[in-house]
Amino acid sequence: MTTLTHRGETTDATSLLPSAEPLTLIGQDGKPGEQGGRLTLPAPDVLRELHRRMVLGRRFDTQASALTKQGRLAVYPSSRGQDACQVGAVLALRDQDWLFPTYRDSVAVITRGVPAEEALALLRGDWHCGYDPYRYRVAPQCTPLATNTLHAVGLAHAARLQAKDQVALVLLGDGATSEGDTHEALNFAGVWKAPVVFLVQNNGYAISVPLAKQTAAPTLAAKGIGYGVPSLLIDGNDAAAVYSAVRAGIERAADGGGPTLIEAITYRIEAHTNADDATRYRASEEVSDWLERDPIARLTAYLSANGLLDDAAASQLAAEAERFADGVRQRMNEDVSADPAELFEHVYAHPTAALERQRAALLAELQEQEEPAS
Amino acid sequence: MTTVLTPAETAAPAKPPTPVTMAAALNAALADSLAADDRVVVFGEDVGTLGGVFRVTDGLASRFGEQRVFDTPLAEAGIVGTAIGMAMNGLVPVVEMQFDAFAYPAFEQVTSHLAKLRNRTRGRLALPVVIRVPFGGGIGGVEHHSDSSEAYYTHTPGLRVVTPGTPADAYRLLRQAINCPDPVLFLEPKRRYWSKETAALSVDGPSIDRAVVRRAGKDVTLIAYGGMVATALEAASAALEEGWDVEVIDLRSLSPFDDHTLTESVRRTGRAVIVHEAAGFAGYGAEVAARLTEQCFHYLEAPILRVTGFDIPYPPPHLEKFHLPSTDRILDAIARLQWEGDNA
Repeated sequence: MTTLTHRGETTDATSLLPSAEPLTLIGQDGKPGEQGGRLTLPAPDVLRELHRRMVLGRRFDTQASALTKQGRLAVYPSSRGQDACQVGAVLALRDQDWLFPTYRDSVAVITRGVPAEEALALLRGDWHCGYDPYRYRVAPQCTPLATNTLHAVGLAHAARLQAKDQVALVLLGDGATSEGDTHEALNFAGVWKAPVVFLVQNNGYAISVPLAKQTAAPTLAAKGIGYGVPSLLIDGNDAAAVYSAVRAGIERAADGGGPTLIEAITYRIEAHTNADDATRYRASEEVSDWLERDPIARLTAYLSANGLLDDAAASQLAAEAERFADGVRQRMNEDVSADPAELFEHVYAHPTAALERQRAALLAELQEQEEPAS
Repeated sequence: MTTVLTPAETAAPAKPPTPVTMAAALNAALADSLAADDRVVVFGEDVGTLGGVFRVTDGLASRFGEQRVFDTPLAEAGIVGTAIGMAMNGLVPVVEMQFDAFAYPAFEQVTSHLAKLRNRTRGRLALPVVIRVPFGGGIGGVEHHSDSSEAYYTHTPGLRVVTPGTPADAYRLLRQAINCPDPVLFLEPKRRYWSKETAALSVDGPSIDRAVVRRAGKDVTLIAYGGMVATALEAASAALEEGWDVEVIDLRSLSPFDDHTLTESVRRTGRAVIVHEAAGFAGYGAEVAARLTEQCFHYLEAPILRVTGFDIPYPPPHLEKFHLPSTDRILDAIARLQWEGDNA
C-alpha cells in the first residue's frame, strides 16, 4: 500500500483515489445498483423528495427554455439531463450551508428555495443576480467559470476560523477543471482542510469541446489526489448516489475531515444555450443514448417498483409541476422596470461625487428626451 | 536605524511623536487593526513566520496567532479569491501581493468579482477586503519587481485605489482602508518603506478619499502620489531657488479622485504638472490632465504637463535612474509652463 508522509501525517495515498467505476445506488433500470461502494441509499421520503424536485426542476427548465423563444429571457443554459446533480446535491445541503452555483445551475438555485423569477433575473437581462445571497445562502451564479471555487473555499475556511458549523458546496463542470482557479482552490482547500465539497458535473462537453480534448487524466475525480483531497466518482444520473455522496462529503467536512472532490458523470441533453447549435459537434445517436438514461425515469421506475409512487401521486405531481410553470410564466411575463439611476447606486457603499454627477447627467438626459423642447 | 513600534506602544490611542519608517507604520496599522477588530485576518505569501519579504507583517503571527495571521500557498488568484469568500462570511481580510507584477494572476478575481460583487448583488454583498501591493521602482529590483500597476486598477469601477506618500499617512490610510466597506487596493511605494518621519501615528486626519496639500504654493500645482511625493517635495524646494513657489499635492486616493482639492488648487495657481513613475501613455496622469483641463480650462496659463516614466518595460537596476522622474525633469517641466517673459 502506498503511503505518503507529509506534515507529520501519514496518508494512505490510495484512499484518496476514486473507484474505477462510477458508484451507483439505483441503476439505469431502476433496480439497486451493484457499485454502491460506501454510499448508502437515502430513506424513502428523501427519495420521493428527490423525485418531486427533479420533476419540478425539469418543468422549470423547459419553461425557461420556452421563455427564451418568447424573448422573455436573453439566454438560458439548460441543465436538462443533469437533473439528478442539480437536485441531489442541493437537497443534501443543510440549512446553514452555502451553495456556489454557475450559470447552468438555475435548477439547483430554485431547489435551494430561491424564487424562480429571482433566479432568472440575470438571464432576463438585469444587471444583478436577482436574489439576496444571505437569505438563501446561495452565491451569485458564476459566469467566469471556476472562479467560484475559490470563493467557496474562502467562505468555508472563514466558517472554520469562526467555529461555525457550515460547509460550502461548489458546483463546476468538466471544462472548469482546466481553469487555474480550480487547482488553486483544491490546493488551498487541502492545505487548510477547508469544509468544502467540490461537485464536478461532468456532462461531456465544455460548450463544444469534448472531455478528451480537455484532459488526459484517467478521471476528473483522480485529480484530487494531487491536492490531498479524497475523491469519489459517481453516476451523476442517479439522484440517490448524488445525494448520498454530497451528504457524505458534507458530514466529513463538518466533522473536520476537510474537503471532498466528487465527479458525477452526466450529460447535457440540450445545446450549451439556446444560441448554440450542438449538431455541429456531437452525433444525435449520442444524445438519444443519454435520453435513455434519463435520471427522472430511473427514479420513477425505482419508486414505482418499491411502492413509493403510485399513479395518483404521479399525476398529482404532474399537476403541481404545471401550476409551478404557470406561475413562473406569469411572473416572467411581467415587464421589468429597471431604473437606470440605480446603476450608480451599488458600485460603492456610497456613490462617489463623480458617480452622483454622472447619474444627474443621465437623469437630465432622460428628462430632456421625455419633454422635448417645444 | 529602524524604529519598530512595540505592541504595547501601538495599543495606546495617543502616541507621542516618534521617528518611524513607512514599513513600521504599516506594521503598526496592521497590529492596531488586528487588536481593534476580531474580524481582521492577515494572509499571503510569507506574511506569517517570515513577517513578509519587506517585514511589514513582522511579529504579527506570533502576537495574534496563526488563526489570524497566516502564510498561504503561492497562488495570488487563490489569495484574493479566498479573501472574497472569507469576506462573504464575516471576516475582514487584509492580504498581501508580494510584488506589483506578481499580483497579475489575481487580476480576474480583483476586477470581475472583488470590484463587482456589491453591484452584482444589488448592494447585498459587501466585500471589505484590502489588498496590499508593494509597487513601483527605485530599489534596484530585477525584472517584474518594480511595476507601477495603478492604472490597471483605477480603471476598474468598484475598487478604491489608495497610496500613501509618508509614514504617518501610511498608518492612517491603511487603518482607514481596513475600516472601509469597499474593497481597497492599497499600493505601498516600496522605495519609501525605509523613509523615516517623526510623527504621532493616528487614524484621525484627512479621510480615505481626500488629497492633501503637502506644501502650499501659489505659482504651480505639482501633483504626485506614492513614491513620487518625496521627489515632488524636493523639486518644490529646488524650484524656490529658481523663483517658483510650488504647491505640492499628494493625491492619496487615486480612485475615487478628489476633484475638489485639485481644482481648487489648479484654478488658483493656473499651472499644473503631474508626476508618476508609470509609463505616460494611457497612464494615470492622462486622466488627471484631462479632468483638470475640463474643470479648469479658463484658469490655465499653460497646458498641463506630465513627467512620467518612459513607455518601456521597467528597466534593469543600473538603468532605472534614467527612467524614474527626477527633480531635474520636474524642474524642466515647470520651466516649460509659459511663464511671463518667456519667448517660447
